[in-house]
Amino acid sequence: MHFHRIALSLAALAAAGPSLADCGIASGSVRILSNDFAALHVLNDTAAECANDTVTVTSNSTTEHKNIQVPALTANPAEYTVAVVANNSIVPLLGAGLIRPLDDLVAKYGQDLQPNQLIKIDGKVMAIAFMANGQHLVMRSDLLKEAGVDTPPTSWNGVMEAAAKIRDKGLLENPLAASDAAGWDLAAEFVNLYLGTGADFFEAGSAKLAIDNDQGRLALQTMRDLTQYMAPDYVTTDTDAIAQLYRDGKVGMMNNWGSLAASLIDPAKAQPNVAENTVFAAAPTIGDGTIPAAALWWDGFTIAANISDADAEASFQAMMHAVAPETAAEHPDVAVWLIKGYQPGPAAVGVIANANGGARPYPMVPWMGLLHETLGAELADFIKGSEDADKALADIDAAYTAAATQAGYLN
Amino acid sequence: MPHSTFFRFMGPSLIAMFLFIALPIVSIFVQSLHVEHPQVVVVSETCQPFGGCTQTTSVDAGATAKIRAEQPLGQFNGLGTYVDRNHLAFRELKAILANSNGVGDAIALIYNLPLYRALAFTVTYTAVVTPLAMILGFLIALAVNIVPRMVKGPVMFFSLVPMLITPLVGALILYWMLNTEGILGAAIQHLYNDPNLSTRTSGPLTWATLMTYGIWTNAPFSFIVFYAGLQAVPRDTLEAAIIDGASRLDRIRYVVLPSLRPLVLFVLLVQLMDNFRVFEPIISFNASANATSLSFLVYSSLNTQTTQLFGSAAATSVITIGFITVLIVPVLLRVARELSAGTR
Repeated sequence: MHFHRIALSLAALAAAGPSLADCGIASGSVRILSNDFAALHVLNDTAAECANDTVTVTSNSTTEHKNIQVPALTANPAEYTVAVVANNSIVPLLGAGLIRPLDDLVAKYGQDLQPNQLIKIDGKVMAIAFMANGQHLVMRSDLLKEAGVDTPPTSWNGVMEAAAKIRDKGLLENPLAASDAAGWDLAAEFVNLYLGTGADFFEAGSAKLAIDNDQGRLALQTMRDLTQYMAPDYVTTDTDAIAQLYRDGKVGMMNNWGSLAASLIDPAKAQPNVAENTVFAAAPTIGDGTIPAAALWWDGFTIAANISDADAEASFQAMMHAVAPETAAEHPDVAVWLIKGYQPGPAAVGVIANANGGARPYPMVPWMGLLHETLGAELADFIKGSEDADKALADIDAAYTAAATQAGYLN
Repeated sequence: MPHSTFFRFMGPSLIAMFLFIALPIVSIFVQSLHVEHPQVVVVSETCQPFGGCTQTTSVDAGATAKIRAEQPLGQFNGLGTYVDRNHLAFRELKAILANSNGVGDAIALIYNLPLYRALAFTVTYTAVVTPLAMILGFLIALAVNIVPRMVKGPVMFFSLVPMLITPLVGALILYWMLNTEGILGAAIQHLYNDPNLSTRTSGPLTWATLMTYGIWTNAPFSFIVFYAGLQAVPRDTLEAAIIDGASRLDRIRYVVLPSLRPLVLFVLLVQLMDNFRVFEPIISFNASANATSLSFLVYSSLNTQTTQLFGSAAATSVITIGFITVLIVPVLLRVARELSAGTR
């Protein structure tokens, strides 16, 4: 009797254990470096299912991945076999030749991939994109209705008119919020708006900056105008902070990341009336622009160059298991997947509207990162209101030129 | 002491100091004289999920790696990095001094240059926090010295708490409390009856917050050193002063302070060096829009999404070492003079 019970519970335990997927990997070591957000946790966990006696799978999800990746992949053998990247973070890996072309592996194992998932540089597949991201408009339909705004705004001017009405009705003192915290977030706000004007950041084929123009001034002016509807400490609020303000019902409209959207309509995280009444739309247009003023981002994976071919093959197979159609089907809410067969959920509306509206991708040129850092530092004075647009653009140009010269992009 | 004994005694520390202090500084200096090689770029077709395929410029990895392998330090740039706009900005300074309208305008224009902006906060922070934290620490030491023995332990523990908390975490806690939704931030708004008041909006308020935090976190060090010093104040002299009718203030001024003098110089030295490399609160308070420091500049040259500017970070480090030297040499000379006077 006793023995039976033990045997039974052992069998139950075995059945309840982690399901080990057969990924068809003979042997090898898979070591993943990725950013730290929900969708990537899903991928890392799914890839870990490929582990068995001959295959090891480890992963490191960290927001510091951009600082780690170049030194870690320069080592030979590389510390990680897989680097999960985005439009911006793939650039230094490409520049230093640290990731390998994937054409052979795609031919062998990429049956489930769609053509637009292949990131090709000079004809060679260098990364496999699996999800899209971007900042888009988030708003409270109940507040807009109460304020008498019948059609939701689609331009930044419309957003400001709606914000004025919400404030005048006394519904919210500070109806808007933006991730204007000095640094990366502040720079991203400018990049979004400037992309929306249709202008380019650099002179064609060169690292020379070209934002000192009407479009640059329009983007800056819009950023400044919006702050009049924000709480006065806007210069310290980042994307996570404004998302929390929004979930708490302190903010009526904002631009925020698609990867955060699910948390804004989750009744377990947001106030009930916020979760219930939140609607997503494409990022607003700027000035006379017609496209959503937001950068489109993709997240994808790359395979390190400085590893054995066997490990590269094992890594690619494990990642293909991670980005298989089943992942998108099982987790439709954590990301806007680019994976075959994905059915978008309610949280995906904004990013898809951005893409359908013709929003432009975040530039992949090598010097964009330097400009982004410069913008983050030099725009702080402007957004606080302590310097004008002309001065801000001159400062950005001077600081960027000094940095780009240091980095060998300009002479 | 025979020379051989002296060297056997001191040798290991001298070697360690050479390896871990002198060599890195030399290496940083050499690095600061170099910048990256000109990057070899190529235009090629780039295809991505949105916007299809476009002609995009990218770095030619092979060609750039070859140049880098030949000269790993980069391109020799002499003092070019030191004088460029993002560092000492001599050319910009000259132009400002030649063209500005009056002193106020010149100061505003100089303050707009990143290094001088960082220097302004760093120097102000050091000048304000160092003496105030030392005075606060001394007052706590005096107070703890007279509390009854039974409560001395707990009081000392609480006085040391700011030193026990990791600076980054301590600053973050204060930052959240000062948030307009936080207990201190909301209390301040209530007190002044102004719903838009926030310590994080204006430059002066941000500076004041950072310095208050600095005094709070630095006072325990002064306290513990001064408290130890107080135990060694000669009791005979103190009792003699009481018999002579000296008040408590007189006793502190004429007996306690003179006997703590070497300690004051020691604490001053340590605190000057400590405060000059202020960094953590700026990160925790998200304060870089209103306050940056020299250490923050080094951090932002290295903590980038793509291109790390090693030459720039190295140059800022060397400039920082230069300023610290200027700041502490007078104190060091003073200590040396007192020591030699003491041995006579």
